[in-house]
Amino acid sequence: MRLVSTRSGETRDRPVGDPPDRGADGRRPRWSAGSGWTAAMAAALAVVLGVSVVLAIGLGSAVVPPAETARYLWAAVSGGAIQADEVTRYQIIWQIRTPRVLLAAVVGAGLGVVGVAVQAMVRNALADPFILGVSSGASVGAVAVGVFGALSALGVYAVSAGAFLGALVATLLVYLVASTPTGVTPLRLVLTGVAMSFGFQAVMSVIVYFAPSSEATGTVLYWTMGGFGAATWGSFPVVVAVVVAGTVVLRGFARPLDVMALGDETAASLGVDTDRLRKGLFVLTAVMTGAMVAVSGAIGFVGLVVPHVVRIAVGADHRRVLTIAPLAGAVLMVWVDLISRVLVAPRELPLGVITALVGVPVFITLMRRRGYLFGGR
Amino acid sequence: MDLRLDGLSVRIDGSEIVRSLSLDVPRGRVVGLVGPNGSGKSTALRCVYRALRPSAGAVRLDGDDIASLSLRQSARVVAALTQESGTDLDFTVEEVVALGRAPHLRGNQALGARERELCREAMERMDVAHLARRGVLGLSGGERQRVLVARALVQEPRVLVLDEPTNHLDVRHQIRLLSLLRGIGPTVLVVLHDLNLASAACDRLGVLSEGRLVASGTPEEVLTPGLVKNVFGVDAEIVPHPLTGDPQLLYTLDSPRH
Repeated sequence: MRLVSTRSGETRDRPVGDPPDRGADGRRPRWSAGSGWTAAMAAALAVVLGVSVVLAIGLGSAVVPPAETARYLWAAVSGGAIQADEVTRYQIIWQIRTPRVLLAAVVGAGLGVVGVAVQAMVRNALADPFILGVSSGASVGAVAVGVFGALSALGVYAVSAGAFLGALVATLLVYLVASTPTGVTPLRLVLTGVAMSFGFQAVMSVIVYFAPSSEATGTVLYWTMGGFGAATWGSFPVVVAVVVAGTVVLRGFARPLDVMALGDETAASLGVDTDRLRKGLFVLTAVMTGAMVAVSGAIGFVGLVVPHVVRIAVGADHRRVLTIAPLAGAVLMVWVDLISRVLVAPRELPLGVITALVGVPVFITLMRRRGYLFGGR
Repeated sequence: MDLRLDGLSVRIDGSEIVRSLSLDVPRGRVVGLVGPNGSGKSTALRCVYRALRPSAGAVRLDGDDIASLSLRQSARVVAALTQESGTDLDFTVEEVVALGRAPHLRGNQALGARERELCREAMERMDVAHLARRGVLGLSGGERQRVLVARALVQEPRVLVLDEPTNHLDVRHQIRLLSLLRGIGPTVLVVLHDLNLASAACDRLGVLSEGRLVASGTPEEVLTPGLVKNVFGVDAEIVPHPLTGDPQLLYTLDSPRH
């Protein structure tokens, strides 16, 4: 017997080993199923995230001890006083590092969540937030702003706005091309997204090729590799609002997402209109991804791998996955960003290098240990 | 609840898959749909569980057009076992079964005590209770099929439609499932390939050929050597079952050497 806590919070005895716990083929049963386990894991991850954020804010070319970092942060939040000789360090902490680290956390959380949603939407294990042409569309938008001076009325936010609009236009195009009178099928969506991405990349290459300045090349590189080097407080509130709202809405649709995973016909028989749900998911993920790409470029791998790692830990249930995925994504991204800027300081490694270096071994280890199945044996 | 297919037609990409099909499934009865591959059986069922909208005619529950109900409302009344084999995600068996309650629950509302009991009963009935904590992707085809039936039962349907429920099942579980259909309560419309099982399990049979209903009635009335030859292109001896009297088909394999 083992104590298993139920949803209502009380614990009760439940025989875990109902007849043969191990099946005829000897596969281990899932060891984590209770929501108590998920809550404990969420709490642990939240603590890890808090500690990671404070550590990451303190570390960099000028190292500030965690206690002092916390004091500066408290001073900034509560409006407390600091010594005159600390102003420079305070500026570094509060104006440069804090927005950067928090942005990394938010974007990591958002990418994890959008990864879950996109994989559910197109029913494909290889899908990531950028599979529907968002990143290449954003690059086209950003480059168009840089080269043609579009949206110049928006000042410093012009490039971000261009990237966001480019992302939305790209996903809209993909949707229109993929849709048929009977609705949108997952596979069509993926194929269209992949094909159109090549088209957007071609457009971008043409613009860069004929561009009068080398600035465009830099913009493209930044948007395709991604990074938090340009983080400021200014762009922060919009991204936070979009990511938090999107996550809350998606979590509200956890059960319909579960039902949709059983197949479109079965979902219809269980009262879920998959066509409508898919349209909603499409809009939601496009806006979320667009908002994130606009501030950080297209950071690969996180949105692909975090959903799988989380499912390995807590199972496929979307309510649990959507609880853990944002926390896991945030922790991963904070550390990836930290490593990228301290490893070869003062230079910065591209984030993609670190996400792969950290993520690939973690993912492969977990996948091999748990007998993880996605899409059959 | 009475189920009635009322002049149902389905046209997909210009070809008419089902042509003005009318069939009554009286309350509490088990009606089987049989017919060769591509005769429109599954397409007709899809209209009943709302995966497809008929191009003409209607599916009626106690006389009311099912199209007037929301998807959720009809899912509280009609449960289905589809041909879809399941999922890409490794849900546990108990999670999949619990999803049968989805049409009855609001949002992410958790299952109550009665509903958990319902799930347990259904799993026991389908002989999958011992697999409750296992991932569905690790199950055999037959085990998975039984899990999906349990999920449909948990829906507490008043009409149950099943598309080839005996697929992947061994003979013991085929018989167990079809015995369950009788006396289970809801009205049942089931597509079956095995004519002998259909004859034993169903109160009435409808025979489809090229989208049209070509015969309907009790198994004795429908299963005649002439019809089997015409519709399925097969010569069969038909004998009454020595115990139950249900008509049973005996086939002779073609032997080209003779």
